[in-house]
Amino acid sequence: MFEAILLTVITASTPLVIASLGELVTERAGVLNLGVEGMMIMGAVCAFAAAQLTGSPHLGILAGILGGAIFSLLFGFLTLTLVANQVATGLALTILGLGLSGQIGEAFVGQPGVKLPPIVIPLLSDIPFVGRVLFSQDLTFYLSIALVIGINWFLFRSRTGLKIRAIGDSHASAHALGINVIRTRYLAVMFGGACAGLAGAQLSLVYTPQWVENMSAGRGWIALALVVFASWRPWRVLAGGYLFGAVGVGQLHAQAFGVGLPSQLLSALPYAATIVVLIIISHNRRTTLINTPASLGKPFVPDR
Amino acid sequence: MRIELEKRARVSTLFSILSPLLALALTLVFGAIMFWLLGKNPLNALYVYFVEPLLEVWSLHELAIKAAPLILIGVGLAVCYRSNNWNIGAEGQFTIGAITGSILPVLYPDWHSPMILPLMLIMGMVGGALYAGIPALLKTRFNTNEILTSLMLVYIAQLYLDWLVRGLWRDPQGYNFPQTKSFQVEAVLPEILSSGRAHWAFVFAIIAAVALWFMMRFMLKGFEVSVLGQSERAGRFAGFSARRMVWFSMLLSGALAGLAGISEVSGSIGHVQPTISPGYGFTAIIVAFLGRLNPLGIIASGLVLALTYLGGEAAQLSIGISDKVSRVFQGLLLFFVLSCDTLIHYRIRLIVAGTKPVEVKA
Repeated sequence: MFEAILLTVITASTPLVIASLGELVTERAGVLNLGVEGMMIMGAVCAFAAAQLTGSPHLGILAGILGGAIFSLLFGFLTLTLVANQVATGLALTILGLGLSGQIGEAFVGQPGVKLPPIVIPLLSDIPFVGRVLFSQDLTFYLSIALVIGINWFLFRSRTGLKIRAIGDSHASAHALGINVIRTRYLAVMFGGACAGLAGAQLSLVYTPQWVENMSAGRGWIALALVVFASWRPWRVLAGGYLFGAVGVGQLHAQAFGVGLPSQLLSALPYAATIVVLIIISHNRRTTLINTPASLGKPFVPDR
Repeated sequence: MRIELEKRARVSTLFSILSPLLALALTLVFGAIMFWLLGKNPLNALYVYFVEPLLEVWSLHELAIKAAPLILIGVGLAVCYRSNNWNIGAEGQFTIGAITGSILPVLYPDWHSPMILPLMLIMGMVGGALYAGIPALLKTRFNTNEILTSLMLVYIAQLYLDWLVRGLWRDPQGYNFPQTKSFQVEAVLPEILSSGRAHWAFVFAIIAAVALWFMMRFMLKGFEVSVLGQSERAGRFAGFSARRMVWFSMLLSGALAGLAGISEVSGSIGHVQPTISPGYGFTAIIVAFLGRLNPLGIIASGLVLALTYLGGEAAQLSIGISDKVSRVFQGLLLFFVLSCDTLIHYRIRLIVAGTKPVEVKA
């Protein structure tokens, strides 16, 4: 019983963790991409379609990643090359993504999906209690953990990571030092798109292996809030992702057991929790200011 | 080959007018390609989508009905965005406005007074404004990002509406349908003309747009909005308070979204049900940008986007294209609007390696 709940918490948290990690890197480079929801749903539909057409869920995952990354290029072109307003462009990406995915997915509504099979790691999965929960998961869970460790190392221990953080804190200085701000930001945006796409693929191939319109249901926005919650640090994204995942699963179980509260109230919990968490994190103006990448959301046109 | 931007010495008046039109043209071209890919005759599809709805009196009325909430919400959002406050939860404020405005007809169905309608409209505006007041309070008091909070509140508002009409507010004689009793005649927003369904919400929308245009153009408050939006620091030197502007812009846009909500329920639907909006609150964001955040421009852009809703319905019926195409159109349009707006402030040069720069656009 307990194990079963833990397993659903992991499945519910993984897409949140992956999508926010991608956005974290994008925002560390100083770009605010509010289109996570749109990239996620595009990833979900691309993954589902590819898995359905080829019969391979792994090709589906790949298609989800590519779909998210290519879709994010649209955002990159507008905000980086044409210096359009990042907030508005992010919204546009979400609106277009929701529409386009509905259009593409129409042919797949109601079809039974292909589920990504779990990978059972020998020996480790035999450890009592944690073994089955942690070591017989599907690919996306292992990827999410690898991404946390990898991104933490990359941002704070590698040279390129240092450059990315420099760009995010002061694009003008980074430009003066000879770092190619625009190119690095393009890559960061695409990485964010790829992660959002992977998170979407998890939704349509693992979480609920079928295509439902708007199936991301605001998770992209929650992922954005998670980045703020985590004050732009990968490990805290992991903690926050699981906190939100647990709230979501908890309300589902409460609905199933009929705790006497209206189901709508319980369904509203994850969104209300997001607001509460944002209040707690943001109320101290000074720590927020210290943590936020200083040039986040600001347009940059290189002077020549 | 790469693209370089060069800041214009002054804002291009030509492109200020041309950019929305250019964006529309590009959307049509892409739309034609999309229809062609779907295996339809592109010209015929575009005709069904964008021309046919304009040829009949009844569908012009439908156009006004759909444009009214878009314009009402859009002009409020324009003031918000001009002042650099990013309210994207208008859909939630619309929903709450519809709920608070409907309290009287739902709870007092036998009250037949001419007072009921004005009271409903006022209560709808108050409800929408209060709901937008939550992100405003959180932003001013706790420094919380209003984009995320206002959006989360949309989901909460929709779930609240769902709970209300399935529970407390459900019509006991309604064969278990999740909806309230139909409003009494006095609580229904009247039609403007006898020739069709268009009701007074469209008039409210035009009044709101003209009033806000006047405010932005000729009043100190409008200047305050623009200054604080462009530079909070400059605004402080002028004695303007960014904090008060958060409240002003959020409450204003919330009230207008609430008015749109109660007008829609009272004028177009006639009762409250779980779904009362095909995403007006989100589409209004596109309306605001396509109108270049200018209230008069928003009247035009509201009509254009209302046409995408109507065209979507028509195309679904007559040529079997899914109504999802409308949302794709709307998303594409916003993208093209944002990219074409670059031309207003910048010259764009295409640079091909090893050759002299080629000037693309004057």
